Amino acid sequence: MMFVPGNNPGMMADAHIYGPDSIMLDLEDSVTMAEKDAARLLVHNALKSIDYGTTEMVVRINPLSTPYGRKDVEAVVKAGVDVIRMPKTETADEVRELEAEIIKVEEEIGCVGRTQIMAAIESALGIVNAYEIATASKRMMGIALGAEDYTANLKTPRTPEGSELLLARETIVVAARAAGIACFDTVYSNLDDMETFRKEVELIKNLGFDGKSIINPRQIEVVNEVFAPKRKDIDKALKIIAAIKEARAKGSGVIAVNGKMVDRPVVLRAERVIALAVASGILNEEELS
Amino acid sequence: MRNSKVVSLEEAIRRSGLKDGMTISFHHHFRGGDKVVNMVVDKLAGMGFKDLKLAASSLSDVHSPLIEHIKNGVITGISTSGLRGQLASEISHGLMSEPVVFRSHGGRGSAIANGDLHIDVAFLGASSCDCLGNASGCPRSENAKSICGSLGYALPDAKHADHVVVLTDDLVDYPNVPKSISACDVESVVVVESVGDSSKISSGAIRDSKNPRDILLAQQAAKVIINSGYFVDGFSIQTGTGGASLAAVKYIRESMIEKGIKASFALGGITAHMVKLHEEGLIGRLIDVQSFDKVAAESIASDQLHQEVSAVEYASADNPGSAVHALDIVILSALEVDVDFNVNVLVGSDGVIRGAIGGHPDTAEDSALSIIVCPLLRGRIPCVVPKVTTLITPGAGVDVVVTEYGIAVNPRRPEIAARLKEAGLKVVDIHDLAAKATSVIGVPDPLPFGDKVVGIVMDRHGKVLDKIYNIK
Amino acid sequence: MELKNAVAGTLESGDIMIQIGPGEGLQVELQSSVEAQFGRQIKELIKETLTGLGIDNAYVKATDKGALDCTIRARVTAAAVRSTGVDVWK
Repeated sequence: MMFVPGNNPGMMADAHIYGPDSIMLDLEDSVTMAEKDAARLLVHNALKSIDYGTTEMVVRINPLSTPYGRKDVEAVVKAGVDVIRMPKTETADEVRELEAEIIKVEEEIGCVGRTQIMAAIESALGIVNAYEIATASKRMMGIALGAEDYTANLKTPRTPEGSELLLARETIVVAARAAGIACFDTVYSNLDDMETFRKEVELIKNLGFDGKSIINPRQIEVVNEVFAPKRKDIDKALKIIAAIKEARAKGSGVIAVNGKMVDRPVVLRAERVIALAVASGILNEEELS
Repeated sequence: MRNSKVVSLEEAIRRSGLKDGMTISFHHHFRGGDKVVNMVVDKLAGMGFKDLKLAASSLSDVHSPLIEHIKNGVITGISTSGLRGQLASEISHGLMSEPVVFRSHGGRGSAIANGDLHIDVAFLGASSCDCLGNASGCPRSENAKSICGSLGYALPDAKHADHVVVLTDDLVDYPNVPKSISACDVESVVVVESVGDSSKISSGAIRDSKNPRDILLAQQAAKVIINSGYFVDGFSIQTGTGGASLAAVKYIRESMIEKGIKASFALGGITAHMVKLHEEGLIGRLIDVQSFDKVAAESIASDQLHQEVSAVEYASADNPGSAVHALDIVILSALEVDVDFNVNVLVGSDGVIRGAIGGHPDTAEDSALSIIVCPLLRGRIPCVVPKVTTLITPGAGVDVVVTEYGIAVNPRRPEIAARLKEAGLKVVDIHDLAAKATSVIGVPDPLPFGDKVVGIVMDRHGKVLDKIYNIK
Repeated sequence: MELKNAVAGTLESGDIMIQIGPGEGLQVELQSSVEAQFGRQIKELIKETLTGLGIDNAYVKATDKGALDCTIRARVTAAAVRSTGVDVWK
């Protein structure tokens, strides 16, 4: 998920060419108070006019407690945004408040249920309430960590190895999995330190995150490389899927690949590897059939 | 006797026998820092010359003082590879009555060698020169000021001009060897305060581009090369100096190391990037017609395997010995590419001249694989268009076009398209790229061209390829 | 509708700066990096956007750095909203 400032038309025009899975146009922290109105109009018009292809379009709105939040919701829902990202989410009630606001606009334009919600958790209270937030609405598609505000709230600095984020990260992954939605890790801001960035991406992948937030197209390649499944894992997954198909065709119950029994978690993991391989462009549809 | 060649500029001009109507020539190795053209033409104007034809290997922003000399009738004809800045804009708007003749570097070399472009007096700046005229672009004393490295574009002039004047800001002891220009070809040597502003001749080490779009284009270009079928041990390569071109070298290098592939030579304008690969043992030899930066200029001065070549040896079409005939892969840029793969690198999409042909058509035509790297859109300016504003490199010589929206392969090269698809690259029809551009930016209004011819584009074989009309 | 002088947009590449103020009819003065190819269309789009917002009298000075149509529409609307004080969002 690539962050793009909502008041920068040059960057908004071609953000999708770098191939991020989703683009988050930002109306919150990257836009000054004086430009909130102009950025909102810019994002609205960009969503309506620019062909972002299959890229998932997310807009980070201002909190509903500010004078901008409700206008942001109206502008982006009317433009057909895929996902609204709510910043600084601390309670499930805040999610329901946003949902009500979205429904109001959707009813006005006659497309109820189109807009999904992603909640960014950026405080200790938000982490404590992570599961309630994740299950607050059926529109919830994911939760994300916002580490800058979170570490400030914890009164600790952000370190390169990220030990201060461990509990928050694990809590978010667990809450998301329990709720059956996706989870996304925070941004890494030092563009010149690709090594530390790579280590962080490896860490969060192993923790179970579905994706990483990035601030520059140059970071995409590293995320894709780390998240892309390795060839031997893909081959193994393909074998498992083939064995399942064959077993089903024969009506056989017990399946084994390379002498090991294949149970449900193994199949699920294999399916996830295949989905990632297709998303990373390593596998194409032809190889699947 | 020994010093009899060393004279003032005025005396050198007098000795040359220059007359009104004759052709004078210059090279552009001092690039944006060149002081020779303005200095000499000012002097010629002061001495009362009129109706001179200026044959430069290229002209740039720094040559805007020529505008006055054109208005005063001192300069009435220009031939060059490129024009930029104020001078280019004025000429596009109809400043001259005689059209500017544009030639590629190889085309100019051939034209000088075969007499199509006859030079009466060549005024050639050199970083060092001895009293007999042995001249070089390399520093040979502690007083060296203006270093340019290769003098490749000046060599045809030195060899074929009726009369050669070398201008230098560092007169060194005889013999100034190794030499680029031979004393036997030189009639006069003029010592001047400065031939070029070294800070504008070449930057220091080139920094890697951080522009994400350049990096994206570079990665795609590198993938095209690696999967083209030409990326085998002993291959040869030439790259331009655009951000994407230079960044591509970085990715190619990684792949060369990984696969244990080495290049036999790199050709053309040589940059710090190429010198680095050469010094790492990844490129056997550097064949240098123009040193693009300080690192390249220092390398050519000290490294036996880094060799200077003349424009003729570099890119002449009629000379079967020229290096382009042995070139495998070239990465080039473009202002516009059209759906027939024709390329324009000279005239902007606003109809104003703003570029240089350089070695573009020479290398595209003779290389085994030519790759054009250009963004589909520069702001609201489309780079893939239905028809180029001005034809510089015919599509017959262009194989692959790399953009941020996909890679188009010339239908003449189906085998390359197949290899790239096989490698998982996004190969698209060039018509789809043009349509994509239109869908994003709309359809531009036609340009307001007049009916006066301000430029003639010669192809590298000496025939007229296209005409440039004045813009209103 | 009464117009105050207002500005929206920047001079960055891909953007357009719109200065709007009172005028007789719709007058648009345009400076653009793509004047020759798109100047006519940009002026038309600016007028069309203002008319759509119910503004028939205004003087607009536009400085364009290659903005796409959607950006031009957004910047003209933002300038108009700032100038009239009437927002398009509730």
